[in-house]
Amino acid sequence: MADSLGGNAVASPRELAHIYRKLAGARIRADWQYRGPFIGYTLTQGLITFLDFVQIAVIFNQVDQLAGWSVAEVAFLYGASSIAFHVGDAFISQCERAPQRVKSGEFDLLLIRPVPTLFHLCADDFAFRRFGKLIQSVVVFATALVVLDIDWSVAKVGMLVVMLISGTAIFAAVWVTTSAVAMWMIDATEIMNSFTYGSSFAAQYPLPVMAKWLRHFLTFVVPAAFVSYFPALFILDKPDPFGTPAWIRFAGPAVAVVLMLVARTTWSAAIRHYRSTGS
Amino acid sequence: MNHRPDPAPGADPVLELDAVSKEFIVYRKTGRLRRKRTTVRAVDNISLAVGSGELVGYIGPNGAGKSTTIKMLTGILMPSAGRVSVAGVDPQRHRLELARRIGVVFGQRTQLWWDLPLRDSFELLRHVYRVPAQRHAENLERFVDLLDMQPFLDTPVRQLSLGQRMRGDICAALLHDPVILYLDEPTIGLDVVSKARVREFLTTINRDRGVTIMLTTHDLADVERLCTRLVVIDHGRVIRDGTVAAIKEAFGGYRTVVVDLERPGPPLAVPGARVVDTDGPRQWLRFDRRTTTAAAVINSVVAQASVLDLSIEDPDIEDVVTRIYTSPPTR
Repeated sequence: MADSLGGNAVASPRELAHIYRKLAGARIRADWQYRGPFIGYTLTQGLITFLDFVQIAVIFNQVDQLAGWSVAEVAFLYGASSIAFHVGDAFISQCERAPQRVKSGEFDLLLIRPVPTLFHLCADDFAFRRFGKLIQSVVVFATALVVLDIDWSVAKVGMLVVMLISGTAIFAAVWVTTSAVAMWMIDATEIMNSFTYGSSFAAQYPLPVMAKWLRHFLTFVVPAAFVSYFPALFILDKPDPFGTPAWIRFAGPAVAVVLMLVARTTWSAAIRHYRSTGS
Repeated sequence: MNHRPDPAPGADPVLELDAVSKEFIVYRKTGRLRRKRTTVRAVDNISLAVGSGELVGYIGPNGAGKSTTIKMLTGILMPSAGRVSVAGVDPQRHRLELARRIGVVFGQRTQLWWDLPLRDSFELLRHVYRVPAQRHAENLERFVDLLDMQPFLDTPVRQLSLGQRMRGDICAALLHDPVILYLDEPTIGLDVVSKARVREFLTTINRDRGVTIMLTTHDLADVERLCTRLVVIDHGRVIRDGTVAAIKEAFGGYRTVVVDLERPGPPLAVPGARVVDTDGPRQWLRFDRRTTTAAAVINSVVAQASVLDLSIEDPDIEDVVTRIYTSPPTR
């Protein structure tokens, strides 16, 4: 149907990219007015993330290996999952604010805009500070790659790229799904956070150090194991002590696709069942 | 006596509700763990058609379903039953397409960017709504002029007064040339001057640009000064729908003679009229225009007491609406 403004009725990907830059830019300009706390926050976050890794290093100071994994190998796992997590954090995690906006009534304002709600939400709350942690993850991962004597092949390089992409998609999907659920269970935000942050934490360790129930949980409920552990087995030529079939190592993209579909369905259900607030 | 003015001749309705209901499921705590499930009907089988260029006041007591209706018309809420059509679009199925054709103002919250200068919000909306630059510039220039916003265009939104912010919000809702403008309590909390300016502006854009306007309000002066049509709802149902004049006629078919007597006295006894209030030497006599005339009432008063001054008042809308709420519905 013709539109009085001209142009296509719904924004094209190119137009969306342009709108994203404008909205993210507006957030950066607004944040810049409070740059004191902003800089402080960035420094603290960098420190906290660094301590994460120190913690792993401390464990290895006591033991040489963790369930057959060397320091460098764990750094590889940690780096890969934390890159995936922090790319998701930089671009998608803003959807966690959805329940908060529902509570305050601001969610209504997103729904009257002519761009997809999730897109708008994520662009609105764009934050540069989130890239600090990403840089740190890249440094750890790069170091692991240098230290580890990996016998590279085309398949392994391909797996490396696929691992990072599907890992990011898995975290993004978990974020969107849990935020969507939290929108209609407003008081469950904390439980939902434990899913996302918990799974990121878990993906930083080799699977065998965890109890069986936790392993199953991570594999089948929040498939964090697919983010880094299974692909790493392939890249690092490590045997799986549980004897999982070899194809599991390549299942990451499939898991990502399924989870993205779940996220999409849950998110649109949340929008459809949105109740708004009184008044 | 249920006036239902048809949309302007030749014009298709720009907004239509066809037997629309909205139910909410509410859980009430009845014990430590037990909850009782109840269904609340916020909107109950409403049918309504608004023609292009109408200026409709949508009023009702708190909780009558006003905001719920507006939210279904904007695609924010899905109706539980019935069909909604706005500017030729089904809001539920094509919310994004609809968004470019409607403007929405929520009096209670702002869609402006809180920490940025007002001007930046307008610029951002140009991108979000993909408004051609030329058109946007023309609209902005005109609205800034009409709403007198020049002095605070570069002020961060958080520093604006409520009246300034509301003007900014109304401008923001109109920059993309919407076909319909919804306003939910646009004058809430505003001072007299700001209210007057907002009303004047809405009248102007309705007249000059043919924008269809639907507003909810508790301020009946808004309705009286602005609206051509009044839809009254209560308990989720339309209880009156008609022109403001017709509704006033139907529910306010009386007038009041105010007399200032030479000295205070007991309430006057006038056939066909009764004293509804006294204040010292001043008395208010209400009469039904269908049974007597102002002249007859005045004659009778003058015959009984010496009168220094007198005036005749029309019923005010506040009174009319109170009578509508308290009278039994006609269907």
